[in-house]
Amino acid sequence: MSSKRVLIYGIVALCLVGLYVASRRAARRPKPTASGNAAPDFTLTDIDGKKLALADYRGKVVLLDFWATWCTPCREEIPHFVEMQEKLAPQGFQVIGISMDDEAKPVKAFYEQYRMNYPTAVGDDKLAQRFGGILGLPVNFLIDRDGRIVKKYLGATDVSVFDKDVADLLAQH
Amino acid sequence: MTKYLCFTVIVVIFLSSLSFAQEPVLFDGTNPVVLSFETPSGQGALPSGDSIPQAALISPADLAKELQTKKPLILNVGPRTLYLQSHIPGAEYMGAGSTDAAQEKLRDRVKSLPKNAAIVLYCGCCPWSHCPNVHPAYQLLHSLGYTNVKVMYVTGDFGTDWVDKGYPVAKGE
Repeated sequence: MSSKRVLIYGIVALCLVGLYVASRRAARRPKPTASGNAAPDFTLTDIDGKKLALADYRGKVVLLDFWATWCTPCREEIPHFVEMQEKLAPQGFQVIGISMDDEAKPVKAFYEQYRMNYPTAVGDDKLAQRFGGILGLPVNFLIDRDGRIVKKYLGATDVSVFDKDVADLLAQH
Repeated sequence: MTKYLCFTVIVVIFLSSLSFAQEPVLFDGTNPVVLSFETPSGQGALPSGDSIPQAALISPADLAKELQTKKPLILNVGPRTLYLQSHIPGAEYMGAGSTDAAQEKLRDRVKSLPKNAAIVLYCGCCPWSHCPNVHPAYQLLHSLGYTNVKVMYVTGDFGTDWVDKGYPVAKGE
């Protein structure tokens, strides 16, 4: 075997191994939903039994909140989201809640207790994957009037940050 | 030509086997192992006054390292939607540790194991101080007399502290 051929076959073998390793790594976490990309559309049934489709809110600034009833920081944010919805809806603002609870019963109870005034549905792992994976809570997405993700908020976020970012986005149009 | 092809295949198989050699062997309850975990390291300030003693904590980095050579029983006590998206390979889903259903499943899962069986609990839904699941799960196993129980200390969430670090993950059931 000539040394040249050994080298070529060695390189081919390493490339194959590289592809294999890369494929294993790629399977680890879905590609994050980057800012500027179109928000993945979805259609769910909300806890009132109504259709909830993200596309129906095109033209509005949307704050999409992935939360759960057992998540303390999520619960702390929700009263403020209720206030924002009340105050900013006339300017074209909309909060949408996607609960990551395992079942709808506690969500329904929470929704009524906290007098949530925006559509809320129970999501699942497949929807979460489409948004880059929701592997901790809360996670919020700010979506512009054209349906593009402007910002992703990972973990507990000071409500003043939401106030400022939403106000800035509403002022752009 | 056949000789070169064989050479390539052998190299690929050899290098792939090195990768698989790092995969943990699942703990099936019939081959209990006793582990002596090292003191958690590289995780910053550990919580003081926590109901889970520091000696029972293991950092994600240390656990990832341990799993290369040892095979504790890993029990996920977090939300199902998060488990389905991504979990530690071999981890069994018990349900959210704060629920009665998960407590019952935990009891059932460990009842045939020796009291010194190596068990690792984790959730990763949210930062340690906000997690509602790991403490009840740990307290249950502690009250049942299990002496070799570790809890993965997650400061952010499973996505940030495990998946994004490049540690091994599996998806689905």
